Amino acid sequence: MDGFAHQIIAGIATGGIYASVALAIVMIYQATHHVNFAQGEMATLSTFIAWSMVNAGMPYWVAFFGTILVSFIIGVLVERLLMRPVANAPVLTHVGVFIGLLLIVGNMTGWIFGYTTKVFPTPFTSDQPLFGGLVSAHELGSTAVTLTVLILVWAFFRFTKLGLAMRAAAYNPRSSRLVGIRVGWMLALGWGLAAAIGAVAGMMVAPVVFLDPTMMLGILLYAFAGALLGGIDNPMGAVLGGFAVGVLENLAGAYVVGTELKLTVALAIIIGVLVVRPSGLFGRVVFSRV
Amino acid sequence: MTTTRRTLLAGAGLGAAGLALPNLARAQEAPGVTATEIRIGSTNALSGPVSAYSVISRCLEAMFRRLNDQGGVGGRRVNFTVYDDAYQPPRTLEQTRRLVEQDRVAFLFNQLGTPTNNAIHRYVNQRKIPHLFLATGADKWAQPKEFPWTIGWQPSYRTEAQIYAKYILEQRPNGRIALLYQNDDFGKDYLHGLKDVLGARFDQMVRTATYEATDPTVDSQIVQLQGADVLVCATVPRFAAQAIRRVFDIGWRPMMFMTNVSVSVGAVMQPAGMEKGVGLITSDYRKDHTDQAWANDAGMGEWREFMRRYLPEADLADNNYTYAYGVGTTLIQVLRQCGNDFSRENVMRQATNIAPMDIPTLLPGIKVQTQPTNYNVIRQMQLQRWDGRSWVRFGNVIEGANV
Repeated sequence: MDGFAHQIIAGIATGGIYASVALAIVMIYQATHHVNFAQGEMATLSTFIAWSMVNAGMPYWVAFFGTILVSFIIGVLVERLLMRPVANAPVLTHVGVFIGLLLIVGNMTGWIFGYTTKVFPTPFTSDQPLFGGLVSAHELGSTAVTLTVLILVWAFFRFTKLGLAMRAAAYNPRSSRLVGIRVGWMLALGWGLAAAIGAVAGMMVAPVVFLDPTMMLGILLYAFAGALLGGIDNPMGAVLGGFAVGVLENLAGAYVVGTELKLTVALAIIIGVLVVRPSGLFGRVVFSRV
Repeated sequence: MTTTRRTLLAGAGLGAAGLALPNLARAQEAPGVTATEIRIGSTNALSGPVSAYSVISRCLEAMFRRLNDQGGVGGRRVNFTVYDDAYQPPRTLEQTRRLVEQDRVAFLFNQLGTPTNNAIHRYVNQRKIPHLFLATGADKWAQPKEFPWTIGWQPSYRTEAQIYAKYILEQRPNGRIALLYQNDDFGKDYLHGLKDVLGARFDQMVRTATYEATDPTVDSQIVQLQGADVLVCATVPRFAAQAIRRVFDIGWRPMMFMTNVSVSVGAVMQPAGMEKGVGLITSDYRKDHTDQAWANDAGMGEWREFMRRYLPEADLADNNYTYAYGVGTTLIQVLRQCGNDFSRENVMRQATNIAPMDIPTLLPGIKVQTQPTNYNVIRQMQLQRWDGRSWVRFGNVIEGANV
């Protein structure tokens, strides 16, 4: 029974990682109605930027917010320089750009920073082992950060005019333009915010899994499962979905299918959700008249 | 210019003559061998994620330079060609075909990587080209019956696991063993190595858990295996660091073994926390330049002298250089054994008939040897333990199981 409880606690800790990345996926989907495959690689690049800043002697929190700012700018630039020229192209073109971006950013990170595993610092430390050593102070702290980001995102979309304009621009670009929203800039802003949230996720994940250019490769898949499970258009749902996938994956791996099929559980969740309930557990069902 | 039927025919005739020429040459000489030269080919990751290994090729190239300075071998100079495959199997195949079919090398030597050599395993064996002393620890290169033209060099992962199992049986004969391994050929070599030694007792003594290279963490697996007396980890560096840290954090204190793939101080022990790995056991077969025990060692002295003269800018602490020196010395021994006959058949015969020999950069007591029925070139290793700052060798050289 001890083992069972431990698996759940360890699952929640890993789920926190998925939740933070799932939130970034939902963010870009909210803003652009696309899933950016390069999200993980962009977040890894941001984390390396933070790592360089810390190594150059900056205090952690200065590097943390500095990285968020730099990532925001990178996100906006990517939209302006890469996405805008193909804005009216078919969806497949966008997918092509996303995959190209994934390869370019991923390899560039490796080229600049090397492929050796690196240690990333954490601001959350404790002398006492928590929950029998299963959860580190960092994992608790990063969950708090994820929840804070979630509340900020929710409040931003719910209460600010800019948030409303961004949702409108993504949902119905033509009508938005008619009421005076600058749709192009809203998209760029969405990219910037998604990159910034990705950077937060990267900086929270790196102390747990260690930093290297492939850090996000596997995580993105689980995070995608979490985002779909919770509802791809619902930040709250994505976070809950992330935690749920972490726990489910551990329990299934330990007691049902064995560790060899753990990854398959994530894939099964993706397919299951898409077949049974495409909007996810908390997503809104959208009807459109044709 | 317009192409007429006649020019086309002439072209075809020339082409046929070109094709026939090498055959003519082969009748007189072995492929890749002339009266003055032996051509040897290789591939390595000169670019890409694992390009740190490219120093091996640089070191080998310098060794052949020294050999040529000393008058070559069998009255011939060695011409060593290395192409970059960036660690991508399709490119390995492409570059290997270029070496074999275009550059017409006599044989292939020390190509780097398991997936990359996998891609050409069948090709080189079908064409009967010696595929010597590969830079990979997979066990599959020692199959003299099925793949007689391929032979590895370093102790295989399976041999390493056999050595751990022998030590475990000696120290904890009734211990419960946990094995964490990556779910691929690399990890499964350790599974097979433990089975080789434990035999029928395996099922009763060992619990296993696997992870995928794409998994974010191995926390769940550690929780699952928790409580055993012994833990064997066949993990790549990132998961090795995670495992060492998590096992320590949950207060589990097993006798813990780590694959020698993942014992780098910088990439594993520092990230995990230097003090969290105290007591961790691994193995090696090379002398480490930084170990004071070899400060006045004759073999390491020979190596340092070579490095000083031929690779003065190299980082001596990079143990890929001691590896390369060992594998290069082995090949030069094979070339000397060949006498004046560098045909592919004879090169392979000599490569698989090396009498036990000492190598300057290998630990004392560890021999290089081959027999036509046993392609495991290095079969022994010595254990070492992490003391919080460095790896400390202990006990005698242990030999793997003979299976």
